[in-house]
Amino acid sequence: MHLLKKVFFFYYDGFRQMTLGRKLWLIILIKLFFMFVILKIFFFPDLMKKNFSNDRERSDYMIEELTQIK
Amino acid sequence: MLQNFDMSLVDWSRGQFALTALYHWLFVPLTLGLSFIVAIMETIYVKTGDEAWKKITKFWMTIFGINFAIGVATGIILEFEFGTNWSKYSWFVGDIFGAPLAIEGILAFFMESTFIAVMFFGWEKVSKKFHLAASWLTAIGSNLSALWILIANAWMQNPVGMHFNPDTARNEMLDFGAVALSPTAINKFLHTVTEAYVLAALVVLGISAWYLLKGRDVLFAKRSIVVGSVFGLIGILMTIYTGDGSAQQVFKTQPVKFAAMENLYEGQAQAPLIAFGITAKEVEGEPGHHPFAFKIPLPGMLSFLATHDFNAYVPGLKDLIYGNPEHGILSFQEKADRGAVAQEALRQLKEARDNDPEKYKELRAKFDDPSWLKEYFAYFGYGYYKGEDPALLIPNISMTFYSFHLMVILGFWFLLVFVLALIWGVKDKLAGKRWFLWLMVWTAPLAYLATELGWITAEVGRQPWIIQDLMPNMAAVSNISATTVQVTFWLFTLTFTILAIAELKIMFKQIKLGPKDGGQ
Repeated sequence: MHLLKKVFFFYYDGFRQMTLGRKLWLIILIKLFFMFVILKIFFFPDLMKKNFSNDRERSDYMIEELTQIK
Repeated sequence: MLQNFDMSLVDWSRGQFALTALYHWLFVPLTLGLSFIVAIMETIYVKTGDEAWKKITKFWMTIFGINFAIGVATGIILEFEFGTNWSKYSWFVGDIFGAPLAIEGILAFFMESTFIAVMFFGWEKVSKKFHLAASWLTAIGSNLSALWILIANAWMQNPVGMHFNPDTARNEMLDFGAVALSPTAINKFLHTVTEAYVLAALVVLGISAWYLLKGRDVLFAKRSIVVGSVFGLIGILMTIYTGDGSAQQVFKTQPVKFAAMENLYEGQAQAPLIAFGITAKEVEGEPGHHPFAFKIPLPGMLSFLATHDFNAYVPGLKDLIYGNPEHGILSFQEKADRGAVAQEALRQLKEARDNDPEKYKELRAKFDDPSWLKEYFAYFGYGYYKGEDPALLIPNISMTFYSFHLMVILGFWFLLVFVLALIWGVKDKLAGKRWFLWLMVWTAPLAYLATELGWITAEVGRQPWIIQDLMPNMAAVSNISATTVQVTFWLFTLTFTILAIAELKIMFKQIKLGPKDGGQ
């Protein structure tokens, strides 16, 4: 418990005493929000997961796609 | 065959991936190299107890922190693109890509993230030695992150250690050691990280030279230049050495790329290395043939670069397209025929799976037969080009040639800069050589140019393959609209440009403030 408290205050004090770091953390948070909330959800779905319900369907689709021989 | 593919979609998807990868790589090498430079500077501080070294360490740590914060997670977008734009590729590579990336996520990322907090928050709170250990572990963690990504990339250039499962259409890892320790992976990792060290050292030299030009923070600048030039000198020598190893691997596993790097059309023994050359327009009817308008050849050196034998035969693009039985080189058409056989076997196997157990068993056995795999499956991707124009299998020669040559020229320029900076730095003669200080300032951005050119050589030179010989780009892209990709392409351009501007603005502000208190 004592160790956990020490670790907590290590980070707590570290964040509190930041100057330039605050600006950098803000940039990191905006960036992560943009990537995971906007890009990932609206623009980058995992198509194989989204379009098929199981691996058999995914495999069948892939083999058809891989063997488009005229 | 090709009419089945939307080439506009392929081009936009490639463009988008190139854009995000090149932007991502603007941030990564400085993190990889500067983390070690900071650790070295802190080691000197801990050994000597000299507070000036602590100030120097803290300033460069701040620069490292800015770059880390702006660059962190920009690589995640590449993984998003795998799932959306390159979903067929993602399925096809199976767990080969998953394992190294998972290890990166669990091991390296957490290692890096934990110790970076000690680095920044731990001054005066933990012992000097513990803090120093955290700095070294951050550097090692950052470099380990790069290791796993580069192993995955190396596998795409030289797919080894796996078995293709025709039931699932996925590659399965058979031998992790073969994937992780393939000569391609080892050379790629070492060449990439050492040139990242060179870049970081040149950034240190450039910023320090600026201080000397301004006549401020002189002791800080001189000490930084000595550390930077020693680190950079070791880095560039290792880059040249590993570049030699990489060239031999490319010659063995990606001969078309090797020929493109040197614009070699006609294969020859005692092949010359082009020290400097200007390529002319492609000869009509001879795909890939760009005669030199001007060249300075070094006789036998290309053969030596490829095999360490001045007399060795180096195949040119003509041999690789039309074949050369004397040297055991298959023609493009022969490979396309074999690839088509493998594709047809896969198609028939799927049909037989539920209806014809005997035929299924017979076809399945082929995919487990090493000699059949070597003879046919090894050329799987060529099947898409059966009856097509062989020009489709040739990368952009000019781009590959010039990127490679400019990178090499810059590499030797960096070597010269490090040697002179070290000699004049140790003799304390730098302050009087303003012309050289300006050169150091302007060499820093050239380091970024060189590292990006390295990636352009590696990636453009291997086109059209996303996985060498097995999967061309066009077979790897998802069936989505090109418009969707265009939208995200411009979105990324905007986002990354904002990030790059933010990085430069914050960094320049910090540099102007200088190392008064060791940075913020």
